[in-house]
Amino acid sequence: MTMSVRGRAKAAERPGTLPAVAVKTGAIGKTYPPFAYEVGKEKIAEYARAIGAENPVHFDRDAAREAGFRDVVAPPMFAVVYSSGSVAPGIFDPEVGIDFATMVHGGQEFVWGEPVVSGDVITTTTEVKDVSEKAGKGFYVFESVSTNQDGQEVVRGTWTNIVRGV
Amino acid sequence: MTELRVTPDKYLPHRYAGASGDFNPIHIDTEFAQQVGLPRNILHGLYSMALVARAANTDGDPRALRRLSVQFRGMGVPEEEIVITRNERDDGVVELEAAQGDTKIIRNAEAELRA
Repeated sequence: MTMSVRGRAKAAERPGTLPAVAVKTGAIGKTYPPFAYEVGKEKIAEYARAIGAENPVHFDRDAAREAGFRDVVAPPMFAVVYSSGSVAPGIFDPEVGIDFATMVHGGQEFVWGEPVVSGDVITTTTEVKDVSEKAGKGFYVFESVSTNQDGQEVVRGTWTNIVRGV
Repeated sequence: MTELRVTPDKYLPHRYAGASGDFNPIHIDTEFAQQVGLPRNILHGLYSMALVARAANTDGDPRALRRLSVQFRGMGVPEEEIVITRNERDDGVVELEAAQGDTKIIRNAEAELRA
């Protein structure tokens, strides 16, 4: 056959058909229901202790207020605590089709806005931003946008999961 | 070039699991981790990213960090020192990397700080 199969042996074994598309791209643009998380003072402290963040603004209300925060403030990476519950349904969505056996978390980006403090209710919405294939690996990119109860954006996350051998 | 050095203790992954809600057994169960081909239980990538965030934002003011992007590479493990190197470019972008010995666990990290 003369058809170019760009090195995909399985497609070459089925002459006359197009090369198999290993990743499903139909879910690009799909969003999931908003996920709400109420931030607690002791949860911030627990997280800050786990990552070794020692600034008293994460533990002490007076210190936080003195530093200009509305209440005890979360370390930036606390974003994973309130937003991962929004990303999980996308990662587990059969329409996205991630193979967990070979999935790794390949990359992560956060862009922070308004600080998150104790008592805030953070609502996160996740979208399947991109699904692509490169060199036999599937790239699944999700974007989460989190806002507080006043509608201010607190963080925007880009989550890249990589699956080998798609 | 500055750096942050942290040695996560044996039970750090358990505390981070509780703090973050990520109880994937590869992080907290050595037997399970070994059954799937890992040397032992491994650190959460997002824990290592949190250390990179601390190293980027040296004054610790949570307002100062505007953006952080990382690529996860090798697996990090408890009870070995993590060295995070930090290099501020002329354009103000901070480049970082996290390693345990010769194993790079986070590469090509970039941070932007607010003045």
